Amino acid sequence: MSARTLFDKIWDAHVVLRRDDGLCLLYIDRHYFHEGSFHAFNQIAARGLPIRRPDLTFGFGDHYAPTLARSLDGVADPEIRGIIGTFERNVAAHRLTAFRLADPDQGIVHVAAPELGLTLPGMTVVCGDSHTSSHGALGALAFGIGASEVAHVFATQTIWQAKPKQMLVRFEGTPAPGVTAKDMVLALIARIGTGGAIGHAVEFAGEAIRALPVEGRLTICNMTIEAGARTGMVAPDETTFAWLAGRRYAPPAPDPRWRELFTDPGARFDAEVVIDTGTLSPMATWGTSPEEAAPITGRVPRAAEAPDAARAAAWARSLAYMGLEGGEAFADIPLDVVFLGSCTNARLPDLRAAAEVLKGRRVRVPMIVSPGSEAVRRAAEAEGLDRIFAEAGAEWRHAGCSLCAAMNGDIVGPRRRCASTSNRNFPGRQGREARTHLVSPRSAAASAVAGRLVPAEAL
Amino acid sequence: MEPITRFEGLAAPLALDNVDTDQIIPARFLRKPRDADYQRWLFHDLRFAPDGSPLPGFVLNRPPFDAATILVAGRNFGVGSSREAAVYALQAFGIRAVIAESFGDIHYSNALKNGLLPIRLPPERVRALREAAEGGGLRLTVDLERCVVASPDGAEDPFAVPAFARDCLLRGLDEIGLTLTHLPEIEAFEARHAV
Ligand code: SF4
Repeated sequence: MSARTLFDKIWDAHVVLRRDDGLCLLYIDRHYFHEGSFHAFNQIAARGLPIRRPDLTFGFGDHYAPTLARSLDGVADPEIRGIIGTFERNVAAHRLTAFRLADPDQGIVHVAAPELGLTLPGMTVVCGDSHTSSHGALGALAFGIGASEVAHVFATQTIWQAKPKQMLVRFEGTPAPGVTAKDMVLALIARIGTGGAIGHAVEFAGEAIRALPVEGRLTICNMTIEAGARTGMVAPDETTFAWLAGRRYAPPAPDPRWRELFTDPGARFDAEVVIDTGTLSPMATWGTSPEEAAPITGRVPRAAEAPDAARAAAWARSLAYMGLEGGEAFADIPLDVVFLGSCTNARLPDLRAAAEVLKGRRVRVPMIVSPGSEAVRRAAEAEGLDRIFAEAGAEWRHAGCSLCAAMNGDIVGPRRRCASTSNRNFPGRQGREARTHLVSPRSAAASAVAGRLVPAEAL
Repeated sequence: MEPITRFEGLAAPLALDNVDTDQIIPARFLRKPRDADYQRWLFHDLRFAPDGSPLPGFVLNRPPFDAATILVAGRNFGVGSSREAAVYALQAFGIRAVIAESFGDIHYSNALKNGLLPIRLPPERVRALREAAEGGGLRLTVDLERCVVASPDGAEDPFAVPAFARDCLLRGLDEIGLTLTHLPEIEAFEARHAV
């Protein structure tokens, strides 16, 4: 057989049937859902269809989960209570396994599912959430889908897909100290744009990816969707196998087939991007699109510096929304709040990196820390990170999406400015008129201490 | 689903790139039921001031565009969140087709599954149609059988739609029903595929 990519190998192993026009019916090994999947439950209920493989279907209560407590007692909004209630009812009606609010393994689907060992190398994984690309970090073919597709997977355990084009992104070299996975992926998106990988499946490779722990790879694959690609993946290696060992749903020893999951020498990609990781700096976004990012040590660009007229107009709109002139140093931009959380950056190493910066210091602006899962929260407490956060004056919360998408009632507030470790700085993402700057956990912690956007090295 | 073959409608210009699905429907409305009021959440924060009053500067608030059924956007329409509610909100407002240079991948397939036609055209044609739409009198005909967008001046812009989706739309076929006719193949696959 000719040389195949990692993507080809997983794709080929899941084709149930192929139409003459190339469209394939793919089998799905893991299907995750969350509270927002209610439209899909309604669709199958309307047709009286059962869930075909409840054993491959797992629910996570994350988007609407309150992070102040583990019950609905403090949740005033009747619609939020209603949507959590609907989730619970659907879980019960279909006898599904779900990690609900009170479950010790509750967490954000893209944090908790890998942690539980549910996502494994070589699997196909879907979820009605665009950041499902995260799971590709384990060497899975994982992508986000819409509600109609969720209903289709519920009913058939399959999905129709046209094979996308493929892009290889190589992070060569070694990052400078203080440059994290988040900075790497923000730099990539700044370079290729939010549409840069539309229509492609991305494989991340190169020395700097190999050197990353699984958590860093999850951060990078998580934000693949911000470059326009539904799928991001990393070939599994010894780092992956060691990380999976002992996890609840993972096999006791690595499956020998996992070692076949790599791109063959000579396999072809439709596009290739090479990043010299050694030249990267800690990044921050200044606008309302993840591509509007620059080194946090520098300045916000002026609209007039945009490469073309269309971009100049877009930059001017972004700057106006962000309450910025253009030209100011990030270090001069005062913050109102800092959020350390989300499926991008709320895993244990992320919390450790922030705590290392906060140790012995005090935050100058309110800082909310929401671990990505309750398991992360327990592990962090076991090593005393919660005390470091508390002593620094940060608020230690429970797991959930929280301020990332402001669906659970946590919001930043109009025209207030937030440094956030999440993945989207879209207008209104953290609440109407909220101004979001995406940064790494280290930079978030440093910025909370300074009250302005700075890297940890500036303290 | 009702079959879609051909329809004619007023085009509204939306001269913005990277319109993400958070802007099409902000997250706080995702918990709303899909009822008669659903069109209200479409572009909510671009369309309404914080006090709820319509913002006159937003195109869909201005007659005749408040009755538009075709939206001519820019680059990367519908990037971001996978929320299918973005499609529901567009349809609730009456939009039947969106013409753009490119679309977010997930939004593109969500639209097709619901009979909202996402039409990719070359940048110069998208710009030309958007400019022609600005006067408020551009009525376009979308012909899914021939896969063209026809302008009143006689210009025809061909577009591509994945064959399977087009077939389902033209015949009003339901994908789940169709896939379930392949149950024997799915079962055979399961028999040889260990998860
Ligand atoms: S943390 Fe944010 S990006 Fe991740 S699943 Fe939740 S809402 Fe989506």
